[in-house]
Amino acid sequence: MKQSINPARPSCLKVQILGISYARSGNFFHLYLEPTPWESRPGQFVMLRPQGWDNDPIWPRPFSICEKNDDSLRIFIQIVGRGTGLISRLQPGSTLHIWGPLGNGFQFSPDMPLLILAGGMGIAPFVGLCKSHPNPELIRFIFGHRMDIGCYPFAELPPASSRIHLQQTGQADIFDFQRLLRQEIEDCPAGSRILACGPTPFLKVVQEYARESVKDAWMSLENKMACGVGACLGCVTMTSSGDYVQTCSHGPVFRAEDVVFEE
Amino acid sequence: MDLKVNLGELSLKNPVMTASGTFGYGLEFTPYGRLEELGAIVVKGLSLKPRKGNPMPRITETPCGMLNAIGLQNIGVEKFIQDKLPLLPWKKTPVVVNLYAQSAAEFADLARILKSEPGVGALEVNISCPNVSQGGLQFGQDPSAAAAVVDRVKSNAGSKPVIVKLSPNVSDIRAVALAAESSGADIISLINTLGGMAVDVGTRKPCLANVFGGLSGPAIKPVALKMVFEVCRAVNLPVIGLGGIVSARDVLEFILVGASAVQVGTASFTRPDKVFSLVGELKELADELEISSWEAFRGSLHI
Repeated sequence: MKQSINPARPSCLKVQILGISYARSGNFFHLYLEPTPWESRPGQFVMLRPQGWDNDPIWPRPFSICEKNDDSLRIFIQIVGRGTGLISRLQPGSTLHIWGPLGNGFQFSPDMPLLILAGGMGIAPFVGLCKSHPNPELIRFIFGHRMDIGCYPFAELPPASSRIHLQQTGQADIFDFQRLLRQEIEDCPAGSRILACGPTPFLKVVQEYARESVKDAWMSLENKMACGVGACLGCVTMTSSGDYVQTCSHGPVFRAEDVVFEE
Repeated sequence: MDLKVNLGELSLKNPVMTASGTFGYGLEFTPYGRLEELGAIVVKGLSLKPRKGNPMPRITETPCGMLNAIGLQNIGVEKFIQDKLPLLPWKKTPVVVNLYAQSAAEFADLARILKSEPGVGALEVNISCPNVSQGGLQFGQDPSAAAAVVDRVKSNAGSKPVIVKLSPNVSDIRAVALAAESSGADIISLINTLGGMAVDVGTRKPCLANVFGGLSGPAIKPVALKMVFEVCRAVNLPVIGLGGIVSARDVLEFILVGASAVQVGTASFTRPDKVFSLVGELKELADELEISSWEAFRGSLHI
């Protein structure tokens, strides 16, 4: 990576894979890439396109930045289809194009108590956020997951934060998790902020409870994307103003009350 | 070699244009390249009033391509003129405004609004969008309807060159091209997307909320090349070829069969800097193949 770039703006770079580590079971892996000079914030994302993808798959793939430091840029990926499957089989040393940082990211001040609600892969953008937070004791982290906890980078979260995880293997667990979410959101003190990321049914629940108890909640949405830069209009989200806006460039983080979940 | 090319009154510093609907309003791509280095910037289709577009899902990936049914979501022509156009480098590279309307009268209104905008280099009339219920294809599939729309746009566009963008979803594309030519079109561009669909056997649902969408990407390049070849032989207007172009070699293929310029669309989704890098690659490849001028190379296919 030798391009001269302005770190305050997004850019498209060619980087090497430094390493891939596979999580305990199956379909989860961490991709470590050459460090990028970007000034990114947690909740922003990147588009990845391995160099070998000639015309097929045609689209790059969007991933949130899991963690970024001087040594590497790390992406946490679950294999859910052909694109992520192909990425999982790449080797260290192979190159890919990466562009970002994209989207708005989470906004918060370091002295603000945070209630972080993550479901499954929704943990990804919060790993770097928590690990680099100057006051991790201000973070309360609630994590719901289906697979074994060892599949997720949950143990990396700072011990100074209060961390709760709940595995869901059946319908009863889902109800338990919903009860927990409702309680946590209700108990969330004034002046704190709720940050959420996870599957849509989970975000719907978070939105409902945050609305009921009038809490300051923000959520990161996921969508299929072709371009990631606001051009294709394929990833739009319906907003409370009645307009579709690009999830990539207007989000992926939205104020919970601004999002309208459509069927 | 000098890459400059003239499409009648429309002069381009090189033949690489963007394709409408794949390049936003241009500004989305400023972090990834210099807009003024492109042959022309063709912006997302604009209508008189803002359009909300189709419900989600709107896009799906297919082998070497994709389907879209965006439904022409756009901010409307007035907002484009006010908020976007002043930020585009229109003094250095032409900005082409793609127009969408539901009636010939609305097309005329759009042309009237845009004809006095100095930042607008040309108008591209979209009579070929497959993803809207009214307008779009109903004009593009009927030569006489197409002629009527082109005539109305042309007579209201002042001195702006009028490009007519054709649909491949017709039995004989030459008939529509000839109709556009006879009613005053200055330039023809083709092809828009091919009608298609994709379904999911697991959910038993279509992959697009609109059920049908428009296929684009390298998968459609052979279809596009044939139609560009046919239209170039049928009309005496400059032709802009598009459909699946992702490389400098692809650009030359379209020029070889007769196109004067090309538009690059879905390739901008593969990488946001793609269209910018194509300009440099095109110059290198043209030199490597010892192409001395576009005039000598254009349409020089040996058959």
